[in-house]
Amino acid sequence: MFEQILVQTVNGLVNGMVLALVASGLTLIFGIMDVVNFAHGDLVMLGGFTGAVTVAHTGNFWLGLLVASLALAVFGALLQITTLRPLIGRDPLTTIIATFGISLVLQKYALWQFGPTAQNIPQPIPGRFELFYLQYPWYRLGAAVMAGAIIGALYLFLKYGKYGIWIRATTQDRVMASAMGIPVPLVHTGVFAIGSAMAAASGVLFAPLAAVTQTMGFDFTLRAFIVVVVGGMGNLGGSILAALFISLLEAYASLVVSPSQAVIVSFVALILTLLFRPTGLFVPTPK
Amino acid sequence: MASPTNRRFWIVFLAVAAALALVPLGLPEFWRKFLTEILIWGLLAMSSDILIGYTGMVSFGHSAFFGLGLYGAAAALLVLRSPNLWAAMFVGLATAAVIAIFVAYFSTRLRDIYFAITTLVFSQIFYVVIFTWTDLTGGENGLYFSQPPFTIPGLWSVRFSTVSLHWFILAVVAISYLLLRRITQSPFGMVLQSIRENEPRTRAIGYHVERYKIVAVMLSGLFAGLAGVLYAIQHRFAAPDFVFFTVSGEVVIFNVMGGMGTLVGPLVGAAFFLLLREGLSRFWTEYYLIPLGIAFTAMVIFMPQGLLGFWKRRLNQ
Repeated sequence: MFEQILVQTVNGLVNGMVLALVASGLTLIFGIMDVVNFAHGDLVMLGGFTGAVTVAHTGNFWLGLLVASLALAVFGALLQITTLRPLIGRDPLTTIIATFGISLVLQKYALWQFGPTAQNIPQPIPGRFELFYLQYPWYRLGAAVMAGAIIGALYLFLKYGKYGIWIRATTQDRVMASAMGIPVPLVHTGVFAIGSAMAAASGVLFAPLAAVTQTMGFDFTLRAFIVVVVGGMGNLGGSILAALFISLLEAYASLVVSPSQAVIVSFVALILTLLFRPTGLFVPTPK
Repeated sequence: MASPTNRRFWIVFLAVAAALALVPLGLPEFWRKFLTEILIWGLLAMSSDILIGYTGMVSFGHSAFFGLGLYGAAAALLVLRSPNLWAAMFVGLATAAVIAIFVAYFSTRLRDIYFAITTLVFSQIFYVVIFTWTDLTGGENGLYFSQPPFTIPGLWSVRFSTVSLHWFILAVVAISYLLLRRITQSPFGMVLQSIRENEPRTRAIGYHVERYKIVAVMLSGLFAGLAGVLYAIQHRFAAPDFVFFTVSGEVVIFNVMGGMGTLVGPLVGAAFFLLLREGLSRFWTEYYLIPLGIAFTAMVIFMPQGLLGFWKRRLNQ
C-alpha cells in the first residue's frame, strides 16, 4: 500500500507538471487580457497532432516539439488578431463564449485533418528504471523535467527579459504601460502566441504518455480551468502549485475509485476553493 | 388588459401558436418530428435565457438540469408498471428541482466567469456520476423505455401519434413561454434585470441579491428539466450524452444566435441552429460544426445582439 502511494505520488507529480504547463499559458493569457480561453485545450490537442505528424515524418521528437510550438505560436497570434482583438474591452464572458466557438471549430478541424483515430508518438527517451514493483519509464520523468524547464524559462523571461517586463507592465496597468510607449496590442498578441506555444509543447510532451485524440481538448480545458481557479486567476506560481495539488489529489483518489471517477475529487476541490477562498488557494490573503 | 400593445401581443401569440399547431399536418413525418424537437430545444433555450439574458449569469451547465429531468422521467417510466405521463413529468421536474436547488445554492455565490466555470463543473460531476453508475443508469448504453399514453385521469387515455404529441408539446412550451414571460415582467423579473445592469447598486437599494439569484437558477433549472421530460417522452431513451457539456454549449449558442434577453430569441436561435445543422450536415456530415462554429464566433464579435436583438424592446413590452 505504501509503495502504491509512492508510485501514485510520482505519477501525480509527472501529470501535474504537464498540466502546470497548460495552465500557466492559460493564466498568463487571462492575467494580461482578461480572456478566458475556452479553446486552450484544443490548442494542446492541435499541438499534439502537429507534433505527432512531424515526428512521423522526420522521426525526431525534439524537432516535433519545436515545430509544433512554433506553428501553434503563429496560429495563436493569428487567432488573437482575428477574433480576440475586436473583443478587447468587452465583458470577459463574451471572450469565453467566442473562444467556445473557436474550440468547436478546432475540434472538428482536427477530426477532418487527422481522422478519428488516436495518434501516438513513441517515447523519445528509451529505458525504464525500477520503481518498487513497476518498470517506470524514464520518459515520464523526462517530460516532467522538460515541462518544468519551459515554465522556468518563462519565469526568467518574465522576470528579466525586456519583453517580459513589457508583459508584466501591461498586466499591472494597461493604460499606464501604453503611456510609457509599450505597444499594448502587440503585447497581447505576443502573450497569446506564447500561451499557445506552451499549450502545443504540453501537447507534444503529453502525447507519448497517452495518445492524442481530437476530443482530448475539452478535458484539458476543464482541468486547466480548475487549476487556474484553484491557484488564483492570473497567478503563475499559484497555478503551478495548484496543478501539482490537483494532480496528486486525483492520483491518490484513483487508488480508491476508478480514474474516471477520481476526476470528481478535483471538481469538489474547485467548488470548495471557490466557496471558502475564491481568490485561490496559493496566493497570499488579500487585505 | 386591453391596452393596444397587450392586445397585439395576444393576437401575434395566438397566430404563431395556431400556425405551429397546423403546420405539422402538412409536413412529412420526418419534419413533423423535427418541428417538435425544435420546440423542446427552444424551451431549454428559453429556460436558460432567464439566467443568461435577464440576470446576466452565463450558465455553462444547463445540460445538468436537462439531463436530470430526462433521467427522472426515464426512472418514472421504467419503474411504474404502466407508464404514466403525469408521473413522468412530476418525477422529472422533482429531480431537476432538487439538482437545481443544490447547484443554485453553491454557484450563486460566485459571479461572471466563476459562475460559468462552476456550473460547467457541476454538470460534469453529474455526467461522470451518470456515466459510471452503470447499475442505475445503464452507463454509456443509456436507458430505453416506452412512451406513456396521454391520459386525463379517470376519463380518457389515448396513445400519442406524432401530431398529437406535437400538439401536447406545443401546449406545454406555449404555457411555459407565457409563464416565463410573466416572470420576467413581474417585479421579481425587474430585480433580476437590475442585477444584470448593476449588481452593487441593486444590493444597495436593499434587495437580497443572493436570494434572487438562487430563485432565478432554480426557475431556470425547473424549466430546463421540463424540456428534458418532453425530450424523454418524444425520444423514449436517455443517454449520458444529454448531460454532457455539448448540450450546455448548444444552449449558449441558441441564446447568442437568437438574441439574449428576449425569450423568443433563444427559441428562434434553436430553430436556426437546428435547421442549419440539418442543412449543413447533409453536405459535411459531422464537420458541419466548422462553418457553424465560424458563423457563431463571427456573430459574437459582429452581432452580439443576435438575430432578434434589434427587437428586444418590443419583445419585452
